[in-house]
Amino acid sequence: MSTSVSTAPQSPADVSGAPAPRRAGGGAPGRRARAWATRAPLLPALIFLIAVTQLPFVATLVISLFDWNSLAPDDRAFAGLSNYGEVFTDARLRESVFTTVLLTGTVVVVSVVLGLLLALLLDRKFFGRGFVRTLLITPFLLVPVSAALMWKHVLYNPEYGLLNGGWAWFTGLFGVENPGQPDWISDMPLIAVETALVWQWTPFMMLILLAGLQSRPAEIMEAAKLDGATAWQTFRHLTLPHLRRYLELGILLGSIYIVQNFDAVFTLTSGGLGTANLPYTIYQTFYQAHEYGLASAAGVVVVIGTIAIATFALRVVSSLFSEEANRA
Amino acid sequence: MSTLSVPQTAAATRPRVDKYAPAARRARRRSAGLGLLAWIVGIVFCLPALWMLLTSFHSEPDAATNPPSLTAPLTLDSYRVFFGEGGGASPWPPLINSLMASLFSTLFVLVLALPAAYALSIKRVEKWTDVMFFFLSTKMLPVVAGLLPVYLFAKNAGMLDNIWLLVILYTSMNLPIAVWMMQSFLADVPVSIIEAAQVDGARLPTVLLRVVAPVAAPGIAATSLICFIFSWNELLFARVLTGVTAQTAPVFLTSFVTSQGLFLAQLCAASVVVSLPVLAAGFAAQDKLVQGLSLGAVK
Repeated sequence: MSTSVSTAPQSPADVSGAPAPRRAGGGAPGRRARAWATRAPLLPALIFLIAVTQLPFVATLVISLFDWNSLAPDDRAFAGLSNYGEVFTDARLRESVFTTVLLTGTVVVVSVVLGLLLALLLDRKFFGRGFVRTLLITPFLLVPVSAALMWKHVLYNPEYGLLNGGWAWFTGLFGVENPGQPDWISDMPLIAVETALVWQWTPFMMLILLAGLQSRPAEIMEAAKLDGATAWQTFRHLTLPHLRRYLELGILLGSIYIVQNFDAVFTLTSGGLGTANLPYTIYQTFYQAHEYGLASAAGVVVVIGTIAIATFALRVVSSLFSEEANRA
Repeated sequence: MSTLSVPQTAAATRPRVDKYAPAARRARRRSAGLGLLAWIVGIVFCLPALWMLLTSFHSEPDAATNPPSLTAPLTLDSYRVFFGEGGGASPWPPLINSLMASLFSTLFVLVLALPAAYALSIKRVEKWTDVMFFFLSTKMLPVVAGLLPVYLFAKNAGMLDNIWLLVILYTSMNLPIAVWMMQSFLADVPVSIIEAAQVDGARLPTVLLRVVAPVAAPGIAATSLICFIFSWNELLFARVLTGVTAQTAPVFLTSFVTSQGLFLAQLCAASVVVSLPVLAAGFAAQDKLVQGLSLGAVK
């Protein structure tokens, strides 16, 4: 019954034909204007971002095809893909690719594990929780250069750094005269850089995972407790599956930020002793060696590598995002 | 998930009723133990930073002792030297440069991001999720891959060593984060009050300033703090694109060590001073920090 009523007013318009198109024709510019009015607030940000981030990258792509050393500007010539060939054959660049992967992987994995432990520890009420959380966030809030300088001079310094000093004090309690005093940065350069970065990034992972822990549905946790599930069972079967997305998000965002790390490598070792990652090597290639074409090609390679991670990252973020959109 | 607990239910709950009191006491004791553990871990984790703070109040000879001295007398000498009483380079120009770059870029980010977020959350453009992902994808482009053209452009345009170039770059660096964060904050503003304002004849700027902004104010404040932090911390652009006049605080810090030889207490004082604005901003934005860092994906 209702269907016949609802279709009735529509059918005359369909049959007569004429009024409907005219109305649509008259409405189209208005609708288009309205669509542009909706888009207008978006445009300044969009145009600005394209101009400042996409155009330079296009320029990098073009420069990467040239043989261009700024110290010999007259020799600039089109070189095709030869810069890319050099990126993959040059031992220094290839090594920095390897260093980047190792550095990023280690830092991300260790800081995620530590961050998870810290988040679990903080996900309960205890006296002074806010203060402890503030303490734990502090490493992430120090200016990265300050943090790197602190590790280099205040902690790692072989003569008066806190690590060796503390060790000397500790062994001194037992009457040891000359305890071992390693030169941390020279003896284990990559581990030294990784430790400093882990210290700095663990709070980031902790914050994300803490947000994940606190978004666990309380009634399910309560139910598990009432059912007598052990802490481990609850963690393994409820908390961990719930945290999966947050872990993925932490790992992927962490990778994207840490792949780009420049401050720690620059400050702690200046890229020496096998710690030069790609950002540092590119910086050096263009800023000190003035090899513009080669640096650009290496930059493009970094972008391609990042895109591989980023497409995966976007899918993860997208799933979190659509979850939120559904909730709204 | 539910299958795990079902078989245990009947068996486990009944006997526990008798032992309720000791179990609760044990749980309380365990919880207190974990609280204590959290305190210890927190202090150990923060120890390097706390040690740096302590060292900054020591004299140079006391700072460089091995084994370290906890009880050395405290002094403000390092801070006095840092602020130019020792005849070294004054830290004020770099600090002011950093402040300018951070404040102005944050302001520009807000001016660009607020309308954009409005179009992405309240009055949604078609395909708004695609636009969101475009913004995010620019954040995943490694900075170093665009650095050379920016440098060449700046050199040809005579903008090297110019703080406004950094303002522009920091704006682009923070804009995607800000759009994502603000989008999620503005999505929380009830549509009904916006519609009510529009019915009353308010135009877009009025709606944004008088209706949306007050409701989203805490979120806007958190976004600003995070943009401020990222700008203040940035080293690579500042290192390559500035020299003397536009030098920022992080660049100043790196030169601080090499130019004057190593004075440990002074270095610590310098690091503390440079980190102080960021620490203050970060502690203030603690709750929203995670949302900003995860680009608004985690609430």
